[in-house]
Amino acid sequence: MEQVFKRPHALCDVPLHYCPGCTHGIVHRLVAEVMDELGIEGKTIGVAPVGCSVFAYNYFNCDMQEAAHGRAPAVATGIKRVHPDKVVFTYQGDGDLAAIGTAETVHAAARGENITTIFINNAIYGMTGGQMAPTTLPGQVTQTSPYGRDTKTQGFPIRVSEMLATTSGAAYIERVAVDCVKNVNKAKKAIKKAFETQLAGKGFSLIEVVSTCPTNWGLSPEEAIKWMQENMLPYYPLGVYCDRTEE
Amino acid sequence: MAEKVLVKGNEAIAEAAIQAGCRYFFGYPITPQTEISAYMAKRMPKIGGVFLQAESEVSAANMVYGAAGAGARVMTSSSSPGISLKAEAISYMAGADLPCVVINVVRAGPGLGGIQPAQSDYFQATKGHGHGDYRLIVLAPSSVQEIVDMTAEAFDLADIYRTPVMILADGMLGQMMEPVVFEKKESKRVIPEKTWATTGTEMKREHNVINSLYIEPNTLEKLVLERYERYKRIEETECKYEAYKTEDAEFILTGYGSVARICKNAVDALREQGIKAGLIRPITLWPFPSDAYINETKNAKAILTVEMSMGQMVEDVKLSVNGKVPVHFFGRTGGNIPYPNEVIEAVKKIIGGDK
Repeated sequence: MEQVFKRPHALCDVPLHYCPGCTHGIVHRLVAEVMDELGIEGKTIGVAPVGCSVFAYNYFNCDMQEAAHGRAPAVATGIKRVHPDKVVFTYQGDGDLAAIGTAETVHAAARGENITTIFINNAIYGMTGGQMAPTTLPGQVTQTSPYGRDTKTQGFPIRVSEMLATTSGAAYIERVAVDCVKNVNKAKKAIKKAFETQLAGKGFSLIEVVSTCPTNWGLSPEEAIKWMQENMLPYYPLGVYCDRTEE
Repeated sequence: MAEKVLVKGNEAIAEAAIQAGCRYFFGYPITPQTEISAYMAKRMPKIGGVFLQAESEVSAANMVYGAAGAGARVMTSSSSPGISLKAEAISYMAGADLPCVVINVVRAGPGLGGIQPAQSDYFQATKGHGHGDYRLIVLAPSSVQEIVDMTAEAFDLADIYRTPVMILADGMLGQMMEPVVFEKKESKRVIPEKTWATTGTEMKREHNVINSLYIEPNTLEKLVLERYERYKRIEETECKYEAYKTEDAEFILTGYGSVARICKNAVDALREQGIKAGLIRPITLWPFPSDAYINETKNAKAILTVEMSMGQMVEDVKLSVNGKVPVHFFGRTGGNIPYPNEVIEAVKKIIGGDK
């Protein structure tokens, strides 16, 4: 009988620790499928973040490095400069990338560092139990914004894709979601394009994946998807924010 | 014999690193060590290497983490406030067993402090940096020639023991020019192959992981214990110091780096005045040459530790002699360099006081 569905080779055969309904699993799979399809697993070096996906180094079959909180783009830069012929990617969440690692992220983009970043935006710090993230929406209740994020004292969420698209070093930036089959397919295409951008030596590529956190949002997986569609997508519109791949 | 050239300490560090095979340098400007970056910026592109000016010391040190994990000989340099920022990555590199060389051309602190020479980062270098149970090999050159020789040695030590190695210089050593010989000495050490590095699996091996996270206490404890076994080997085999006129010395001066040279002048001057003085100069600050303070102080009535700080190494000297010989301290701080006559006065005050 023909096998039509299997675990990608680039994804290790181990149980993932993610909560039920968490979208990390989907995105891990998409990245691994892209590695398989491009035949790059053997020449790829990934960088794991600090946060929910901290154990990503156990999940991807390629060589991996675990970075300090927010420093993945700097670590990736070090790797890429030593092995410019290899594929280097970072996998980061919103706290890691858009708070503590903002400087590393912006400057990796500005340098046109030829790396790929997979950015999971679920508007919350998941690993530490649901605190306000730089991407937490105005009014959103978290452990550290218990009365809802008050923009007067807690500021506004950062739109990372829009911000990074202003740097001349960014080659490809797209925001996707994995809330339905259609969008999952779109997300995979975007991730593939980002890796292809790096393979072509075009510069910095980033795919922002608008995601969910049912556990810390206090919602069921299905409710979380709905909440994301109704609240996050209006603030974080999907689409391509920068495409200099033809330049 | 290679040619003697006149070189500034900072540039000597850079050139020696290149000659030791370092091809990756990640830096961030800070006085008084910026010449290292400037030299690397000029030379690296010509020899197929990489010079990258990072957005911060934090980033520079984390780039070093990535490059070291990727198997390269890599270096970063900074001065005191910058080293505080690099402390994060130093801890992570110690925890992930990554070899690299970190230069600290020390200036006065705390805070922004000043830009003049100091030795007030001794605690940070030998006991601190970042968080966690770890050690770091710390080398203390006292001349530009020694900077050259030690830089080469530092890369070997880092690779052999899989640990960051720090060269603790100071603003005086970094800024002064001295004649040096860049002699390619063949290292007798066996440098292990970096089979653990993330170079891409090529689908031929299990994936390599560079990591310092171990959630399970017993796993982490086992790893730390293994690392401390390695530290023990370093203590047994890599400890270095210089003893100057200590054999019959009744009064021992001790200091490291540029201060040791001032102390040496003081020893000679004291001997001319009939005071049997000697000098112990630690060359490795970690491992600290504790035995020297027993072996070289047989006739000593007192020890004077001289530092460009409020007294940091003096604590290790006290621990080493463990009360057998009285230990005194003289220091200048804030970026001031002690004069030999100040050291001599301090010695005479102690001798007078002892009588």
